[in-house]
Amino acid sequence: MGSTLKGIFSVGFGYSMLRVTTPILFAALGAVVSEKAGAVNIGLEGLMLISGVTGVIVSAWTQSAWLGLLAGLVLAVLFALFMGYFHIKLGTDMVLAGIAMNVIASGGTVFALFVASGDRGISSSLASKVLPTVELPLINKIPVIGPILSGHNVLTYFALLAVVGVWYFLYRTPLGLRLRAVGESPDSADSVGISVSKMRFLALGISGFLAGFGGCHLSMGYVSWFSRDMTAGRGFIGLAASALGGVHPIGTAIASLFFGFADALSNYMQSLSIPSEFVQMIPYLATVAALGVFARRQMSRERKGKKQAGREVA
Amino acid sequence: MIRRDLVFEIGRTLIAIALALLLGFVIVLLVSEEPFNAFINFVAGPLTTTRRIGNWIEATIPLIFTGLAVCIAFQAGQFNIGAEGQLFFGAVTATIVALTFQLPMYLHVLVALLGAMVGGAIAGAIPGIMKARWGANELVSSLMLNYVFYRLGLYLINYHYRDSSAGAMVSYRLPETSWLQQFWPPTRVHWGLWVALAAILFSYLFLYRTRWGYALRMTGLNKDFAAYAGISVSAVIIYSQVISGAIAGLAGAADVLGLYRRFQWQQLPGYGFDGIIIAILARNHPLGVPIAALFLAYVRSGASIMSRMSDVSAEMVAIIQGIMILLVTAQAFLAKWRHRSVVREAKKHGLNA
Repeated sequence: MGSTLKGIFSVGFGYSMLRVTTPILFAALGAVVSEKAGAVNIGLEGLMLISGVTGVIVSAWTQSAWLGLLAGLVLAVLFALFMGYFHIKLGTDMVLAGIAMNVIASGGTVFALFVASGDRGISSSLASKVLPTVELPLINKIPVIGPILSGHNVLTYFALLAVVGVWYFLYRTPLGLRLRAVGESPDSADSVGISVSKMRFLALGISGFLAGFGGCHLSMGYVSWFSRDMTAGRGFIGLAASALGGVHPIGTAIASLFFGFADALSNYMQSLSIPSEFVQMIPYLATVAALGVFARRQMSRERKGKKQAGREVA
Repeated sequence: MIRRDLVFEIGRTLIAIALALLLGFVIVLLVSEEPFNAFINFVAGPLTTTRRIGNWIEATIPLIFTGLAVCIAFQAGQFNIGAEGQLFFGAVTATIVALTFQLPMYLHVLVALLGAMVGGAIAGAIPGIMKARWGANELVSSLMLNYVFYRLGLYLINYHYRDSSAGAMVSYRLPETSWLQQFWPPTRVHWGLWVALAAILFSYLFLYRTRWGYALRMTGLNKDFAAYAGISVSAVIIYSQVISGAIAGLAGAADVLGLYRRFQWQQLPGYGFDGIIIAILARNHPLGVPIAALFLAYVRSGASIMSRMSDVSAEMVAIIQGIMILLVTAQAFLAKWRHRSVVREAKKHGLNA
């Protein structure tokens, strides 16, 4: 047990926790933005796969990691809008559109990889590039904190900036206000002249943009290749983090760190007698429990509200 | 009136499928150097040998169960996407029951199947109870529980029933009395097929010939109206999820008891999400499920044969499936056509009157 505690409080653990949190955080922020506009984006998983494979293929062709990232982002946004078109314009249920996206992406990325390189399921013959890591000046000189915070892939810092960016956008800009209004009550938003469909397209586009970063982090930072279904449920974990974090960027960031913590912990636990399966289960169980507790509190609040309203009428 | 709707829905589904397949062929034309060879293998491949026909039927069996499971949940208006975890856990509980008890031939299979149903029902009940009691969103809870039951199942197999003499992470081999017998050599088609047919019949009779099924469908159509008419909506939500979970559990049992004869999954097999595709194609009707399951399994086996016999990889089929979901569920797709026929009929009646 002592060795685990030492492991958890070691510098390496803090570093790997931030590393595994990065793709989850991007997905979770994507979930927050689309959910704020009233669309649950189940398709994050697929969007991440699409940007991941695009990043690898384009960076191998152009020999530039940044061009790979750019292409990955563009494709993720385009596919998010494609999904949005079916949902907003043609009336497909958003959840089903997301499931369709995941189905298309899960096989389509492997198919695209095969067409582009002849590789089956893993991009072993592509000389793809990796996005650079960043040494933070000054901070990297601080003991303990320095090695935890410094030396990460550049996208890890993007993710942390994105938390602030998404918060600022949603709560401090007129556009963000309109987007949230559409999610709260589309009819009222429509009655004051806000275009519901435009806002939803915007939200899904941003959601795809963020998921695109997450996918490229996986294939051009976390590891240096693309493999079949490499997201391994991170898009869904992102949705869970958003639910656990109360669909708020800050709460969601904390929830994502919690998921990252459990993920990193399960790697450390494997050397012990505690089965890693249990440790890996914790974040999901926590989400289910939190969901139940929140729903229950809301229900009792609503009941109280009704009772009060009844008394006033009487 | 209702007949016209049915014709419209069937027609619309067929057109959506045709468009998706057409897109598949265009993709094959673009990427293949031998597109004709690829086409032939994709379209006719599954029927060329007995073994291939067998593979097609084997693949259909679990899809029928998950398709039915999703149908029942969707008919109750429940967005339950937990069939994946339910079938995984059902496979685990079937394995445990089969390994724990020593029973005579037929009884052992039945008890193992029952074990799978109980496992799946438990996994399905949790999001149902949370929704009925507290109004917790079943979409997120069932999605998360997929991973909980996945890990729990892996833990049970890896730590308590793992065959350490086998090279991989698999359970002990199941005793022969617990097998769903394969009855059509040289294929591996097994008794699970009859269980699947029984499940179709049960689902149909339950939904359309019982009071419970009626209450379930009313709740799905309009929850408030159902509650007003004296139906206990909470009870419906819970039992619809329990039944749906039990049927999903059978999907896992079918593969373990019928095909592998030991537990060998290390990943979620994906049948739960396939069940959603099937329910959509079948328009949530149990009698449509076998047709949709046969179709999906056929497209899959065709794709896998195509990838072995030509230069097109099997994953192309995923694009076809995704486009199919999008088109079939798009309410506006071909809506003008329906509108026109309604107007025509209205005019006709107007003139007659």
